[in-house]
Amino acid sequence: MQRALFPALFAAGVTFLLTCLVIGVRLEQVGAELTVTGADADTWGWIAFAVIGVFLFQLFQTPLSRLKQRLPTPDVTGLLPDTQLRNRLKPWLISLIVVGLFVWPFMVSRGAVDLATLTLIYVMLGLGLNIVVGFAGLLDLGYVAFYAVGAYTYALLSEYYGLSFWVCLPIAGLLAATFGCILGFPVLRLRGDYLAIVTLGFGEIIRILLNNWTNVTGGPNGIGGIDKPSLFGLEFSRRASEDSQTFHQFFGIDYDSSHKVIFLYLVAVVLVLLTVYVINRVQRMPIGRAWEALREDDIACRSLGLNPTVIKLSAFTMGASFAGFAGCFFAARQGFISPESFTFIESAIILAIVVLGGMGSQLGVIMAAIAMTILPELAREFQEYRMLMFGGVMVLMMLWRPQGLLPMKRPHLELKTS
Amino acid sequence: MSENLLDVSGLMMRFGGLLAVDNVSLQVKPRQIHSIIGPNGAGKTTVFNCISGFYKPTGGEVHYRGKPIQGMSSNHISLQGLVRTFQHVRLFANMTVIENLLVAQHRHLNTNYFAGLVKTPSYRRRQREAMDRAEHWLRQVNLLEFANREAGNLSYGQQRRLEIARCMVTEPGLLMLDEPAAGLNPKETSELDQLIVRLRDEQDISVLLIEHDMGLVMGISDHITVINQGAPLANGTPEQIRENPEVIKAYLGES
Repeated sequence: MQRALFPALFAAGVTFLLTCLVIGVRLEQVGAELTVTGADADTWGWIAFAVIGVFLFQLFQTPLSRLKQRLPTPDVTGLLPDTQLRNRLKPWLISLIVVGLFVWPFMVSRGAVDLATLTLIYVMLGLGLNIVVGFAGLLDLGYVAFYAVGAYTYALLSEYYGLSFWVCLPIAGLLAATFGCILGFPVLRLRGDYLAIVTLGFGEIIRILLNNWTNVTGGPNGIGGIDKPSLFGLEFSRRASEDSQTFHQFFGIDYDSSHKVIFLYLVAVVLVLLTVYVINRVQRMPIGRAWEALREDDIACRSLGLNPTVIKLSAFTMGASFAGFAGCFFAARQGFISPESFTFIESAIILAIVVLGGMGSQLGVIMAAIAMTILPELAREFQEYRMLMFGGVMVLMMLWRPQGLLPMKRPHLELKTS
Repeated sequence: MSENLLDVSGLMMRFGGLLAVDNVSLQVKPRQIHSIIGPNGAGKTTVFNCISGFYKPTGGEVHYRGKPIQGMSSNHISLQGLVRTFQHVRLFANMTVIENLLVAQHRHLNTNYFAGLVKTPSYRRRQREAMDRAEHWLRQVNLLEFANREAGNLSYGQQRRLEIARCMVTEPGLLMLDEPAAGLNPKETSELDQLIVRLRDEQDISVLLIEHDMGLVMGISDHITVINQGAPLANGTPEQIRENPEVIKAYLGES
């Protein structure tokens, strides 16, 4: 207790100073002059409360942490059915989830479906970045650049050449993949922090390029009026453009704007399912294992005849292509894009999704993407504290579960004899 | 010339002012265990790194099966059939034992994306073959029961054996082992001893070995090259080396 007294006093002092400066005094404009006014009694009460709280917490920290240790940790391993049963239930569970994903939007509000669509975009981005960061272990801080490439590919091709979403989707993926490859070349020799800085620079280059190439990209004004995807040529608007038909006319039903929202959601679901399937397969393919081997030890890789250049480039290319698809879909959903949507914070959020989910773990990344998009929506009342909470949650996560929500599990490979 | 599997002549490696390898020559014949010995810092591992392409030698020639390989990148040299281990174990620690062996067979597997996505019959067949080969080698090094264990969780001796198995699944012609017995207890060392001899006798491969354990070296080597301070000191059969006064002097100091 004696030893804890000084640190506790110190912490309380620091709290007092900081709270006084930040909320205890205010600058107010009176006429042409600025005057310093003290806060009201209520605020001072809160400040005193905070200072005493910090003091007491620091003073009793040791007994508190001892108490925490004595709390029994609930044993949850017994709650899961055993492996055999789980393996038997797995295909049923997966099909149930897939069916649920398709049926669900018809029963809920338009806003919920819209939010789900946004979540699915982040799922796709998270899964794509997971290839680069989680599997290949290459820290990429400029992932949003490929997202931007995908989005602008569709926006520009649709504006200048009138190409449809379905034509642009593969082009966006391919173009983003090309950019991934281009970025891959100069960074082949780099790793860790150096790689992170170069990718960060690349992300900024793309954003600034889009911002300043005004006569093509529209600069900060962005590009608006991007066409929505159509269902085999059927549009989801109130009135059809010249030589096409709308969805509600074709089926002879009343126009309802929620049709469009649900359709976009379903497109996103299909894209995400495709992404999950492809990445799941690739992970178990030789190239997927080579990515992980490269993350573990690149010298051992070379000694076994694996070419690190090809492996690194393929990871960048593949990761980027999924961002391209996501970007193309994003442009179609928003109908308007500007460089504003592709700032560094987006890269950081996608990276946070991968790290929080557990690097390399698909299910973990999906969970994290859902949490990261839905939690801020739920916390709308705390508008200005959202980023604060976001940061707090991340710090706590890294303290309690540095390996992520659902860390990656090694696949179990059956041998013939055993 | 062509009877030598590996032919190193006049190998030089210079780091700035330091001549780490000075005119080293050695010939490895097929189905032989060839050891390189020498005091600490003699340049044995540097010779290894030059042969396996991790360093580009400053001078000299390296021929493998009559083909010059000096200056090639390490992964290309490995594809030729020269596979090495490292002084410090370099496994893919967070991957399972079996995954380690599958990664090593990368070049034998069908790496076509499309084939893997739809699981074509040829893809499945090769995958099966790779698993069988991995299983075979796990049995050889006595690690079958650990197949789905993470490599980093194995004991040190097991990790050493896994590293050798990982080299063997690539079906090399020449296996280069850099101090494989370092850190092993006497029982493990004698197991390793038997394993290396078995590789030579049953798998028709040559082994180039760096080792400090004299019992191991003298017991299994067909041929020994001694290096001291970067320069070759002696060359011969274990008996010749044992009686060579220069070698005794280098190891024990002048008396």
